[in-house]
Amino acid sequence: MRAVDALMECLKAEGVDVVFGLPGGANLPTYDAFVDAGIRHILVRHEAGGGHAAEGYAKATGRVGVAFATSGPGATNLITPITDAMMDSVPVVFITGQVRTELLGTDGFQEADTIGITMPIVKHSFMIQDPLEIPRAIHEAFYVARSGRPGPVLVDIPQDLSRADIPYEPVADVRLPGYQPTLEGNQKQIRQAAKALVASRRPVIYAGGGVVNADASEELVEFATCDRFPVTCTLMGLGAFPAFGDTADGDSDPPAGGGGRARRRAPHPQWLGMLGMHGTRAANYAMDEADLICAVGARFDDRVTGKLSEFAPRAKFIHIDVDPAEISKNVPAHIPIVGDAKHVLSKLVVEYRALSADSARLAEWWERIEGWRKQYPLGYEDSSDSEIKPQYMIQALHEATGGEAIVTSDVGQHQMWAAQYYGFPAPRRWINSGGLGTMGFGLPAAMGAAVGCPDRAVCCIAGDGSVQMNAQELATCAQERIPIKVFIMNNGYLGMVRQWQELFWDKRYSHVEMGPYPDFVKLAEAYGATGMRFEDKATLVDDMKRAIDTAGPVVVDVKVTREENTYPMIPAGQPAREMVG
Amino acid sequence: MGEPATKEPLSLEELQASGNLRTGRKHVLSILVENKSGVLTRIAGLFARRGFNIDTLTVGPTDDEQVSRVTLTVDGALHPIDQVTKQLHKLVNVLKIRDLEPDDTVARELALFKVAADGAQRGELMQIIEIFRGKVVDVTKRSLVIEVTGTTEKVEAFESMVRPFGLIEMMRTGEIAISRGRGET
Repeated sequence: MRAVDALMECLKAEGVDVVFGLPGGANLPTYDAFVDAGIRHILVRHEAGGGHAAEGYAKATGRVGVAFATSGPGATNLITPITDAMMDSVPVVFITGQVRTELLGTDGFQEADTIGITMPIVKHSFMIQDPLEIPRAIHEAFYVARSGRPGPVLVDIPQDLSRADIPYEPVADVRLPGYQPTLEGNQKQIRQAAKALVASRRPVIYAGGGVVNADASEELVEFATCDRFPVTCTLMGLGAFPAFGDTADGDSDPPAGGGGRARRRAPHPQWLGMLGMHGTRAANYAMDEADLICAVGARFDDRVTGKLSEFAPRAKFIHIDVDPAEISKNVPAHIPIVGDAKHVLSKLVVEYRALSADSARLAEWWERIEGWRKQYPLGYEDSSDSEIKPQYMIQALHEATGGEAIVTSDVGQHQMWAAQYYGFPAPRRWINSGGLGTMGFGLPAAMGAAVGCPDRAVCCIAGDGSVQMNAQELATCAQERIPIKVFIMNNGYLGMVRQWQELFWDKRYSHVEMGPYPDFVKLAEAYGATGMRFEDKATLVDDMKRAIDTAGPVVVDVKVTREENTYPMIPAGQPAREMVG
Repeated sequence: MGEPATKEPLSLEELQASGNLRTGRKHVLSILVENKSGVLTRIAGLFARRGFNIDTLTVGPTDDEQVSRVTLTVDGALHPIDQVTKQLHKLVNVLKIRDLEPDDTVARELALFKVAADGAQRGELMQIIEIFRGKVVDVTKRSLVIEVTGTTEKVEAFESMVRPFGLIEMMRTGEIAISRGRGET
């Protein structure tokens, strides 16, 4: 059997149902194998689009995403998605073609040192030197990508080796003596953590993307509700704890300034909102005054901590993470627990319940938190005319989708507003680029999510700056009839940079204005998608419903307030209590 | 967004204060790795990324042909070393790492010195070589090549003794280290 046919057998054995990729010279043999393999292949228009689509697929489904590219420029175009997957712990296997072995190191046509270039940005990589290694390498790549702390794994296959005739036998095991992730968590440490929680009077649960990756959302809810622990999530953790309580809609106060007709369900009583630079005051102040912070699958990123030396000055820390290198990296943990969120949280609940803590001890703490919630609700000043405020645009999308869509985003103001105002009821609904902050992530990620979850509406909230960085994938969506709905929050600026120039650089605007280019409606139509433009607040919810009900890919140009700032915010390098706006 | 948010320029003193965490304590890391291509680059990359300078680095076979031993010494504050060690553990091809305690470790390096030694000075030089239990491994009328093994301190002491004679060049292997006692390193 040709090595490439064995490769296809391996993909099937791993349960791969779709590959995103683009052929070229060095992976011609691989693409020949696709003809008979019976695996769906989606032809992207740029390898970066393929890489992000594989990420979107992985984040939406929890399965390993797969992206293919050829050697040289094909592989270098994957650099951004690989780095993105590394930063956000996304399980993706990248399979790149390489020049023939006799050309290696000779500056052959389309040769790049892919393994060398990607070494700092992969969880692991395999440089195939013998065609017999291919089946094992593929299975080990999948195993490494999805286990422990997930991440990108790259397999680089020289063209001549991929044509080799090899005996293929299914591979049943992996041999990785240096790779044994710890999942269970140390029982003694877990007991210590339970005791610390019982003793705490001002606890906060700080949950991150690790909870989503471990599919531990149910365990998180059970843990949080086994007492009245307040919960905040990072940008990557949104949805791990439901933003809404069981009582739908109802008579709860609409958020201040929440204009138009968009209405929301009542928030979950223990949900404080997102924390960090653009988090809620309730979440950030709670962290600031907490006496015990239980971090689960979160990594104390600088966007969360603000000024590190003044972060949560009164708190002791329980830190649960599957990656021991994260524990005590930025903030020293008093009770470190290496293990994945699912295993550790389910044990922690048992230990905690056994101690029969008195919930009443948290009453004072909740009074304090409720005070912040009342005093500083998330809100904005609505327009007095038909102008669409960007925050309202997100609320309208929530209403138009019933809050049940998978939402992807690019990076910038629209991303923060989406995180603040959409409200995610479940994990794997919010897909964005948190660590690397990749503009152009949202559209291809939506494409991947829609392929992975064909029964759920997938909306991309994009910026007018960001969306152009991977707009070419609209052609892919049109060709494959992938029905993503792209809502461009169009303010004509690179909005977040503009905001920083306004606030911190004396409003000396330097190269942030994008102008009215391109005409996104025409662009959509040129790509074979449907284009729409909405400018009126009064009809926005219905207009959005119409866009969502339109078959196939749709691009909506939503004109919003040009110079609106994302608030509240912790100015960079400041502690959380110095929030402004 | 880049940091910091303020438009005030950073003084050079501030920049240095923020980045300079070195204490000067030497760490000897003994790392067992799978004998596969690219492993050394992965290890070195973790140090390079942080701006750590690897002072010495040796790689050699072990009693198991599938496994190699990397011994590297690096000068750093305890915390950064701790972080980089954890990152090293995450490399799939790394099997085991020890940050060796100097008191529980025997460390040696080999050095070769080429020294100008004509006529009159040769006797005195031979005495020094004897004190350091060095070996003369090459002789010409105008030079000696001397082999010295020992701790880094001993090699450096020998260097300072022979330098006045006219040190032509010096080669050092960097340290290898093994733990004291019965247990494996």
